[in-house]
Amino acid sequence: MNRSGYCPQTPAQIREMLAVIGVSSIAELFAVIPSELRARSFELPEGMSEFEMLAGLERLAGLDRRDIVPFIGGGSYDHLIPAVVDHLAGRAEFATSYTPYQPECSQGTLQALYEYQTVICRLTGMETTNASLYDGGTALAEAALMALRITGRKKILMDAAVNPFSRQIVHSYLANLEVEIVEITTGEGLTDRQEFLAALDDETAAIVLQNPSFFGGVDDFSDLAAAARGRGALTVVSVYPISLGLLKTPGEMGADLAVGDGQSLGNPLSFGGPSFGFLAVRKEHIRNLPGRIVGETVDTSGRRGFVLTLQAREQHIRRQKATSNICSNQSLCALRGLIFLSTLGREGIAELARLNYDKAQYAKAILGNIRGVSLLSGGPTFNEFTLTLPKEAASVCERLLAAGIAAGMPLGRWYPGLESCMVVTVTEKRSRAEIETLATRLEEVLWS
Amino acid sequence: MELIFEKSVPGRHGTILPRSDVPRAADLPVDLLRAESAGLPELSELEVVRHFSNLSRRNFSVDTNFYPLGSCTMKYNVKAAEEAVRPFAAAHPLLPFLPSGESFVQGSLAVIHRLSQLLAEITGMAAFSCQPLAGAHGEMTGIMMIAAWHRSQGQQRRFVVVPDSSHGTNPATAAMVGYEVLTVPTTPSGDMDLDVFRQTMNNEVAAVMMTCPNTLGLFNPQVAEICAIAHQFGALVYCDGANLNAILGKVRPGDIGFDVMHVNLHKTFGTPHGGGGPGSGPVGVSEKLRPFLPSPTVVRRVDGSYSLEETNTESIGRLANFYGNFGVLVRALAYITMLGRDGLVEVSEQAVLNANYVMSRLKGWYDLPFDKTCMHECVFSASRQLKQGVHALDIAKYLIDRGFHPPTVYFPLIVKEAIMIEPTETESKETLDAFIAVMIEAAELAETNPEALFQAPRTMPVSRLDETKAAREINVCCSG
Repeated sequence: MNRSGYCPQTPAQIREMLAVIGVSSIAELFAVIPSELRARSFELPEGMSEFEMLAGLERLAGLDRRDIVPFIGGGSYDHLIPAVVDHLAGRAEFATSYTPYQPECSQGTLQALYEYQTVICRLTGMETTNASLYDGGTALAEAALMALRITGRKKILMDAAVNPFSRQIVHSYLANLEVEIVEITTGEGLTDRQEFLAALDDETAAIVLQNPSFFGGVDDFSDLAAAARGRGALTVVSVYPISLGLLKTPGEMGADLAVGDGQSLGNPLSFGGPSFGFLAVRKEHIRNLPGRIVGETVDTSGRRGFVLTLQAREQHIRRQKATSNICSNQSLCALRGLIFLSTLGREGIAELARLNYDKAQYAKAILGNIRGVSLLSGGPTFNEFTLTLPKEAASVCERLLAAGIAAGMPLGRWYPGLESCMVVTVTEKRSRAEIETLATRLEEVLWS
Repeated sequence: MELIFEKSVPGRHGTILPRSDVPRAADLPVDLLRAESAGLPELSELEVVRHFSNLSRRNFSVDTNFYPLGSCTMKYNVKAAEEAVRPFAAAHPLLPFLPSGESFVQGSLAVIHRLSQLLAEITGMAAFSCQPLAGAHGEMTGIMMIAAWHRSQGQQRRFVVVPDSSHGTNPATAAMVGYEVLTVPTTPSGDMDLDVFRQTMNNEVAAVMMTCPNTLGLFNPQVAEICAIAHQFGALVYCDGANLNAILGKVRPGDIGFDVMHVNLHKTFGTPHGGGGPGSGPVGVSEKLRPFLPSPTVVRRVDGSYSLEETNTESIGRLANFYGNFGVLVRALAYITMLGRDGLVEVSEQAVLNANYVMSRLKGWYDLPFDKTCMHECVFSASRQLKQGVHALDIAKYLIDRGFHPPTVYFPLIVKEAIMIEPTETESKETLDAFIAVMIEAAELAETNPEALFQAPRTMPVSRLDETKAAREINVCCSG
């Protein structure tokens, strides 16, 4: 007994408790389970101390190469994280609480989530949002579902320049519903206006766009949003939150729904999770939002306080008529996002976005100057851009990876015909020296 | 407490970014830029630290208070698991999508594979995917696989059957995947009504979703029969694993006929709940559903190395950006590794002991709608107190004043004035006794001085909050 150290009852206490219950053994408490239903096997390793466990997992982590210089992004970005984020979000009062169903003893989480909702609205230029979703891809799928509910229509037009993983998630989420998803093909990674306008009709629930695109292109979708509105369709724009320190917001473009992934806001790469997704919308759509929403109110003495609100949308009240099945969200990651953005502040987020832009522009210039290398498109970019190489991008990337550089993401896997292209990501963490080393190595791989 | 925006002073910085080491680039065209900078708060680092430190002190949490929130398994979250994630923090999830990139993330892939194997042995399922990001996400993944399996059999079915005691996520999930929901009532003994269930079943039912043990904290000895009946009609059976903590090492859903199940790592396997998340809801399947698992899957090659497979044409596809809430997976692996076989058996035994102890001590004071041995949680009703005008909510608020996070109230929906207590295995008898004493005190006050309960809580930063106002005068984001 007490082998694990986490079960505190002493043998004497266990006897005492069994006597109160009126049974003679713990086994008797499980007597309701017929013998034919008992576990047929439970072959697990013996337990161990925390020290042995940590040593074992450290050995496992040692199998990951931790010295790769990443010029890859694609939805997961290597950004600086101020130390305060770990320290504050790591506070056990935040980390070991749960969904704030009892508001009086959860004002810490509730106020933080209200502040989180506010910074997401301010960053995206939207009017309202919820207390987080799972990640950017599932947020996009929830946005598509929301557009279908609001319009009562059955068709989604989705730009092929949207992150391929996000598109796959939308397809998976909608696979069992009678919904048509039309993917609008992309030439050179640019959103094809003509094709969008040709496909847009009175059956269209939403057009789904991404800025910057998966190829890195920066766009202004105001024209498409206006066209969609003219046909009674909604506009969903997926954004990369760091870029919003600089770029035109979905709100300014006239989008109805804005989504994105919050990893870049103070959450480590951590092999892709946990992160958080956000879904920010125009005020009139608030009752169609999925998930928890925190609202301001007053207590019996008129003091300001915060509660979970509009819960009649949610599964624990509405069951099969709920706006979504989501229950647990990604609160702690959203809190990290709030602390990150609060630490940067109004000027800091603009400065951070500018750093990303400047570094990527520098990289774009020197990489684009390598013999045989060109830019897929001459259009504006933020911190990612697509290069066309004189060789197959996958084999070039493989050789650079062997040299410790993740040079970019080859596009051939998702875009047949673009096998010679790769997307290069340059965050503020990449130094001039690293960028120049990438250029040197790339030239070597191509020409020597 | 002031909002962080109210503490903002223009021009203040919380952190200094590195100086740029590249030339300033030409500006983007102005029509691509935001008109004005985002209105983020401007504070010094210390002011940010003080704001969030003080906010955190307005929370109850497992580390500060007993938190017997039924159905949520608020056990102690071991600290070593927090340390275990650190060496994995820098692994980029797209590395395995580069040619030969898998060889650079063998440790991270091994974590996912090893955890999947352990979960399979713990639950008796054939294979697991760790991709689902929460329990409800696991449910959706599972029901999608069931839909795909029926399609592979040339069938398109219409219904999902749930008991009326089920979590709201079960029917909500079924609806999200395009199914209509049929609800089966609960008998006075607390089990799904087998006769009504038989009458409900037909050849249009795709799945039956059951929580095992159920949300009343009861183990249904007829669960294998329910699975068998469902199978006779060609339906598959889904196990909501939210309550797995009660049966670790005792019952494996895979052994008794369940086809799919999810587990909540943040409940059973001790990872922190984070004020609402991140959770993690790996989903396990029987052999016949293996081809339908979400993509990509982590596979161990014959040479012992790990790879990601995206090739299965029957897969329901991708359901999350990457491979799941990886940091949560590492913590769960750490927890299972430390506890081991005997430790996990001890978990279920002590969780069930603690719940039955609380139930036995309180059943003289509160109505117990299902008076029999419970598993990891017990469900009382405040209907006796209601005669004095006292609701479950009033008792909950009184507990807050006495330093305890309230149990879950008003769930399951089928119990009037429900009070659902899940003590978990990590609480000492002393803590349980203190909680029991306050619960008895509340029951006595309901008889002698109900007013004292109506006014609770009095010791928190705020008293009871006006939820109607919050819903009518919607303010979910600070203007200005």
